[in-house]
Amino acid sequence: MNISLVLVIVMAVLFACGVYAMLERSLTRVLIGFLLLGNAANLLLLIVMGRPALAPFYDGETDAADMSDALPQALTLTAIVITFAISAFLLALIYRSWQLGQADTVIDDADDVALRTRTAEEVEDAMDEESRSDDDDVTTDFVGDAANPIRVLHQGDLSQLVDDAPVDRVAVRRRGSNESATRDSAERDGDAATDAPRDPQDGDRS
Amino acid sequence: MSALVPLLVGIPLIGAAINLIFGRRKKTQIVVSVASLTAVLVLGAILLVAVDTSGPIAVAIAAWQIPLGIVLYVDVLAALLVVVTSIVLLAVLLFSIGQGAADNDEDTPVSIFYPAYLILGAGIFNAFIAGDLFNLYVGFEILLVASYVLITLGGTESRIRTGVVYIVVSLVSSILFLAAIAMVYGALGTVNMVQISERMAQLPQDTQTILHLMLLLAFAIKAAVFPLSFWLPDSYPTAPAPVTAVFAGLLTKVGVYAIIRTETQLFVDNDINFLLLMVALATMIVGVLGAVAQAELKRILSFTLVSHIGYMIFGLAINTPLAVGATIYYIVHHIIVQTTLFLAVGLIERRAGSTSILKVKGLMRAAPLLAVLYFIPAINLGGLPPFSGFIGKYALFDAAAQVGTPVMIVLIVGGIVTSILTLYALMRAWNLSFWREDDDSAETTERIAYLGNAPAATISTERRTIPRIMTVATAGMVIVTLSLTVFAGPLLDACLRAGERIYGGVTLVQLQDAEDPR
Repeated sequence: MNISLVLVIVMAVLFACGVYAMLERSLTRVLIGFLLLGNAANLLLLIVMGRPALAPFYDGETDAADMSDALPQALTLTAIVITFAISAFLLALIYRSWQLGQADTVIDDADDVALRTRTAEEVEDAMDEESRSDDDDVTTDFVGDAANPIRVLHQGDLSQLVDDAPVDRVAVRRRGSNESATRDSAERDGDAATDAPRDPQDGDRS
Repeated sequence: MSALVPLLVGIPLIGAAINLIFGRRKKTQIVVSVASLTAVLVLGAILLVAVDTSGPIAVAIAAWQIPLGIVLYVDVLAALLVVVTSIVLLAVLLFSIGQGAADNDEDTPVSIFYPAYLILGAGIFNAFIAGDLFNLYVGFEILLVASYVLITLGGTESRIRTGVVYIVVSLVSSILFLAAIAMVYGALGTVNMVQISERMAQLPQDTQTILHLMLLLAFAIKAAVFPLSFWLPDSYPTAPAPVTAVFAGLLTKVGVYAIIRTETQLFVDNDINFLLLMVALATMIVGVLGAVAQAELKRILSFTLVSHIGYMIFGLAINTPLAVGATIYYIVHHIIVQTTLFLAVGLIERRAGSTSILKVKGLMRAAPLLAVLYFIPAINLGGLPPFSGFIGKYALFDAAAQVGTPVMIVLIVGGIVTSILTLYALMRAWNLSFWREDDDSAETTERIAYLGNAPAATISTERRTIPRIMTVATAGMVIVTLSLTVFAGPLLDACLRAGERIYGGVTLVQLQDAEDPR
């Protein structure tokens, strides 16, 4: 099977870049990474087709050996459609995430953080049992996350994300008391756009 | 008979389309959803009887000749899983109808839940009856996209946050799967499973191993096999109760099903059973240790789910027809029992206003029926005789003991330890939430204080009434779990026959014979 070296290199670069981008915390970069990976996989399907040849239309004269292999093309088309649908869903998800938290980053799971915190505490216990007090919790950076993910989201772990940045049209309009206002507006927006219910568990994690 | 096979996928898809058209008419949606799933259940039962008596059925879509085109293939394994899946989907649908009616759809936006649910079903059925790898991929994608919608249902903050983890992990596994399919096609020039298995022997062993590992990696992420299981306990507990129940029961099992096909059909000669045995042991032990450390019921169940996937991988890695049959029985048992437990926990959450075993107490007195509904599936999952969990585990251990190598003995011991620890985790939850009195002594509080730091140990939700239909759905599932014990003889026989048949794969001639003459 003869294949084009250029295509193989392009595919490899796409895979590498896609994996790199997917490792980022920002959801938008995850989306870009996913698109690169999807294209890389599609390219791989095209590469395994072998050397391109005549279009595989059956006309009774062309020898089958001169035609391209049609099956990988069909598979690629299907895969492209699936990638497209998932990209659309991811975009909606990113927008919703932005609407709710003014950030599109993947947040640490609160319970995982709690587990990590607990281990730190226990180690501390073992080292010095008597000095333990509730203040010890403060020494762990992630306590705030576990206690109130919503507030952390608003302030943003990212230093460049300042409150007066042009985050969202609704949010900018009601900048004054930013936290409650943005939450309010996000909710109002959400209620109007989708019939989004409040999650009863939302408050419980605090 | 072969005309019925495509309907397994077609009916739920058409039902979903009708549901979308009647997005604002909830009653119509409910009727259409129940009707489509019932139709699939009936079809599945007919097909199960047919394939069990007269051999598997193969259907080539659009009049292509086998092995060209898209081939659907129904054998006993596929038909059995279709039947079990549709039973579970129906029960959970009833449960969610009850929940939706009682809560005025606070948790389930009316227009999208039922269509997404039916599409999820269509994807699962498609994966079960897929005769070629690419169709399996399409089935996976259908069910995954539907599950993305269901896990972020309503778009609340916590669900988006946990949903993102689930979605990104699933995306990675899908891309891996797609790349693996491309490699298989490059190496063998086909995606039909039967042709793949016939041509695979011509490949050098190391090429086989690469393809094998790529496919297994993709499926193992979906099946939540340790160490690729980290995403599951994070993402499942936040979804609405019915969604979690369906995900826990079915989605990981589709991954296990794909692994069964890979091991028994595609890579018959390529032996990585020792690796699988080790992975199975790690999955069982790590999963159940996670469960022991939890204080929140849904998280406990999520971790036991991971650990019990280990039993299925164990069964496959034993690599005898008997073991494959025992694995199939175990999958059927686990789908039903795990779903039932999640439904029972959904009821506990409504009744007690929390799912933390530290906060829930005195339920035995307050809700005796609920206690029964939790207790039976719990000891069943823990593997106490005479329930199906015991029968499934016994069959697995028996198959392992017949091989009898030292590593099998290690695995059997690991399996028994896992079983006991599962029982411990579930019974501790039982003791605390059901048997503890409302005014428990300071001593008890002291004794369970070590759980106070566990994730979500202080979770509390709104107390709500339990509509009768939710109880009925859960009780129905409990009865189904009991029937797994009552009819264990014929069922286990059917599973062992299925294992016998699929072990070693199908040849092309058999596949062509399986096609009905039109």
